[in-house]
Amino acid sequence: MADTHSHSHSDHGHADGEFSHPMPVWMLLAVFFALLGLTFLTVFQAQFDLGSLEIVFSLIIASIKAGLVIAFFMHLVWDKPLNAIAIFSSLIFVALFLGFTLMDAQQYNERLIMDPKNEILENSTPKARLIKASE
Amino acid sequence: MSAVTTPITAPTTTHDGATEHHYLNHSSGFLSWALTLDHKRIGMMYLAGILFAFFLGGVFALAIRIHLWNPNQDPDAAWLTNATYNRVFTLHGAIMVFLFIIPSIPAALGNFLLPIMLGTKDVAFPRLNLGSFYLWITGLIFFAYTLFSTQIDTGWTFYTPYSIEAKSAVEAATLGVFILGFSSIFTGLNFIVTINTMRPPGMSWFKMPLFLWALYATSIIQVLATPVLGITVLLLALERTFGIGIFDPSLNGDPVTFQHFFWFYSHPAVYIMILPAMGIISELMSVHSHKGIFGYRMIAYSSIAIALFGFLVWGHHMFTSGMADVTTIVFSALTFTVSIPSAIKVFNWLGTMYQGTVALNTPMIYALAFIFLFTIGGLTGLFLGALATDMHLHDTYFVVAHFHYVMMGGTLVAFLGGLFHWWPKMTGKMFNDPMGIVSAAIVFVGFNLTFLPQFVLGTRGMPRRYASYVPEFQSLHQLSTVGACILGFGLLVAGLVLLHSLFYGKKAPMNPWGGATLEWECSSPPPHDNFSHPPAVGDPYDFANVEYDGKTGGYYKKKK
Amino acid sequence: MGRCAFQDPISENMTEVAAHTDGHDHGHHDHPSWLAHHFDDAEQQFDSGKLGMWLFLVTEILFFSGMFCAYVLYRNRNPEVFEFCSAFLNEKLGAINTGVLLFSSLTMAWAVRASQLKQHKLLVGMLGATLGCAAIFLGVKSVEYTHKWSLGLLPGRMYVAQMENGYHSDVDYLTPLCIAPAVLTVLFALYYVYSLVIASKFHQRVAGPLLVAGLCFFGGIYLGQFIEGGEHHGDSHGAHADAGHGEHASHDEEHAKEAGSETPAPAEASAASSDTGVALVSTSSGPLHDVAVDPKEAAIPNAEVNNQGMAGLFFSIYYCMTGVHAVHIIGGMLVISWLIVKAAREEFHSKYYGPVDNVGLYWHLVDFIWIYLFPLLYLIT
Ligand code: HEM
Ligand SMILES: [Cu+2]
Repeated sequence: MADTHSHSHSDHGHADGEFSHPMPVWMLLAVFFALLGLTFLTVFQAQFDLGSLEIVFSLIIASIKAGLVIAFFMHLVWDKPLNAIAIFSSLIFVALFLGFTLMDAQQYNERLIMDPKNEILENSTPKARLIKASE
Repeated sequence: MSAVTTPITAPTTTHDGATEHHYLNHSSGFLSWALTLDHKRIGMMYLAGILFAFFLGGVFALAIRIHLWNPNQDPDAAWLTNATYNRVFTLHGAIMVFLFIIPSIPAALGNFLLPIMLGTKDVAFPRLNLGSFYLWITGLIFFAYTLFSTQIDTGWTFYTPYSIEAKSAVEAATLGVFILGFSSIFTGLNFIVTINTMRPPGMSWFKMPLFLWALYATSIIQVLATPVLGITVLLLALERTFGIGIFDPSLNGDPVTFQHFFWFYSHPAVYIMILPAMGIISELMSVHSHKGIFGYRMIAYSSIAIALFGFLVWGHHMFTSGMADVTTIVFSALTFTVSIPSAIKVFNWLGTMYQGTVALNTPMIYALAFIFLFTIGGLTGLFLGALATDMHLHDTYFVVAHFHYVMMGGTLVAFLGGLFHWWPKMTGKMFNDPMGIVSAAIVFVGFNLTFLPQFVLGTRGMPRRYASYVPEFQSLHQLSTVGACILGFGLLVAGLVLLHSLFYGKKAPMNPWGGATLEWECSSPPPHDNFSHPPAVGDPYDFANVEYDGKTGGYYKKKK
Repeated sequence: MGRCAFQDPISENMTEVAAHTDGHDHGHHDHPSWLAHHFDDAEQQFDSGKLGMWLFLVTEILFFSGMFCAYVLYRNRNPEVFEFCSAFLNEKLGAINTGVLLFSSLTMAWAVRASQLKQHKLLVGMLGATLGCAAIFLGVKSVEYTHKWSLGLLPGRMYVAQMENGYHSDVDYLTPLCIAPAVLTVLFALYYVYSLVIASKFHQRVAGPLLVAGLCFFGGIYLGQFIEGGEHHGDSHGAHADAGHGEHASHDEEHAKEAGSETPAPAEASAASSDTGVALVSTSSGPLHDVAVDPKEAAIPNAEVNNQGMAGLFFSIYYCMTGVHAVHIIGGMLVISWLIVKAAREEFHSKYYGPVDNVGLYWHLVDFIWIYLFPLLYLIT
């Protein structure tokens, strides 16, 4: 019934038009405990001073967790490719947005004068805050 | 729904046996419109709404031009005070961009046509569609609020830090923009889903009319870019209410980053404005040349390419903002690459007309005007994309002229062309074609008279957004003001032609121009559910068996 | 199969739920009530809804990306500020909330399964559990927020914690925050009683989860206060010292002095070193909002970061991110409540479970965002 449609599932043609895929309970639980374990890991890891590696570690763990949620809880692995493309393209565009903006900020960073004691703040207009280093 | 609508039960029939029953008389009463889920009615309500916004923005535009008749060296003697002038140009820009141009083609014409051209009954989410319209209305209310309170004077770009300090109703305006953003997102989301999941059998991607490709590309941008505008204006509103400091240099916030946020949306947004216009032109060129579109796939792909590459160039608005040198170079280089797909389209349109049987009727005249004006607009964009020239031209009238050539000469003119083209379909009435051509001619002349002098003014150093200028510029400014009045008159004529048709127009045939896309296969105006029998999906640009029928004054498709 | 997309317009009325009995040129089955009239079949309807939801999630991700951008920008520029300020955040509460959200994701995913298998009772239970978790999350978050407000840890220009002698406000922020949930809980309780009185299975199934969720909010408040109350000295003092370790040091000292204190975990204390705790003299413990940092003791180190433009900016980012996230939680609670009503009516089955699935997707995204927020905000050392 579904196969005459240009929009139909081609990867799993259910003769009866059945399209639901109940996830087995063990899988739900396994994913949950994996997520919980990773949370403990990340909290535990935060006890140590890993310097600049720390952010890398915690982001890797967070990404694994996020991946588990997306892949299983959101059942993307069984989903239409289009939905996966949509969500991954959003990440690409986020990367683009953050990439350019932060790259630029990094580049003009040295021209900024940070004013931790708020001296400029107290006796100048806000516009004076962004001052060329040449000054 | 059914409780408030009264379905007509006894339709009359016409000569060709089609039912006279259509979406306009399907039910009646205020609520049958206000609560309708019919994409055609929602499209018509949007049309009324955006035309109102256009009128409002137009009034402000004329106020700007009238004010600039004199150099206003003495602010006390000027027509508007400097502060009022700031408010007038800000409201002009903000209303035109957020309330008019962005929803114009997709939400009005797109809503009406997309399901019909695709061959479906409705968009995927009719309720969301209606919701989008009411969000638009809410946005309008917010803007109306700013109008009647202290207005806004930040420019439509809301740059910080001024927008943080400004003593005007920036919060209301930003919230209005936030809400309008959601309206736009929902339209786009609806279109993507409809095109992806609801194409009827036979309607493959490459059987789709190019207008739908353009709407699809537009929708991609709406979904991907608009949320960033949302967070930008939300943070700005929070900035003003709580002083959060993220964009506020007095709190170590970074105003350049605000511009990044803003243009990450707003450059792609210019493609939200132009892509649907390009889609209209593709239809108009082919139908009125009675010749298959030249380079169908190139046009289709270039729409998507524009949508995606449009995300890579936002920095060209910030060359003088204090952005780092490397970044300016990268963005400048990328800017040149995105102009390629636009150029591809222009060549394809010209190729379509070549050796075609060009019918010079109103929609086609508008389409020709579009090509001329858009080309000028696009080419001057390249001057601005070049670093060295932009240093000189940034924030001058050259930029003003550039974006009016693409937005008004491009999008608005295409919108009018499309409106005339589909007007018989939407209302069932033919308009007075010669008068329509006259309106197009006046608009064309008035437009060029308004904005060509502005290129000259810009290169000579006239800054944008200034309430006064040196007397040397007066003659050019006056030319521009005269042009604006002519332009306004032309638009008035166009409006009157359409209005006149509603009351005195001849009944429109099913296919007045000889189009081959599906909307011409249902009656004018279309029935409530679009088609009484499933249309056979064929090549949308195959005119071989579209024949003229003297009796109805329209065309029909010969059955093979 | 035949399509019923094109039918005689006359027979069509505008109701989406109309069951068509005539006018189908081609359709050989009627539209069931759960199938909107403009869709051909259940699968098309499901696919459309689902794609729509994924696209909505795309917009959500881009929406949040702006705040992540601000986060990375300012963290890059002033890493020391983020270290300093992160110490004010109670990582234990953050971790608990993470667990709560993860659990709610589990129950939500399970709810989807239940809806597909027509396990109606289980479905209501799972949705109720999800709603309850959301309420706990908000309860804990309320405690965290109000605790920071009373210490003057406010966003941007409102940041006052840098004042000469530290800052403490005696204003009770928590109670006003609780008013709306309290009213709602009372209403839910009344609704539950009413459902018992009229002995309506349907109303009981709706009112039960709502009431539990209302109570869960206060459970969350209690939990939050319990933990925050046990640690508050550590928090404030530690942060006023030199971020990070000072906090743990103070735990240690408190631990030694306050026999009754339930708090610091050994793992945390291990990071402490005695010398960082020198300036920290613990005062008597009390309920959360009574605790003042003794003005005389609270030295103000880090004047360089402890100001509106530095720490204030961090808290702006913190409040924006977690606040927008919390708004999403509230939005999620509303739609989950709507699902509970539908589930109590036993509307879902294997061909019509799209709403549960789509709300589930949304809910997992909210969880997804938090998965990043937690380490980025709470776990900076
Ligand atoms: C052919 C490709 C195009 C190029 C290379 C281009 C390039 C540019 C550049 C470099 C600027 C910045 C000028 C400055 O502020 O110094 C600019 C401004 C602008 N462009 Fe374009 N543009 C193109 C097409 C378009 C289109 C199609 C639209 C709209 C439909 C558009 C609308 C605008 C607007 C609104 C501004 C001014 C924004 C403001 O500052 O208020 N442009 N363009
Ligand atoms: Cu641009």
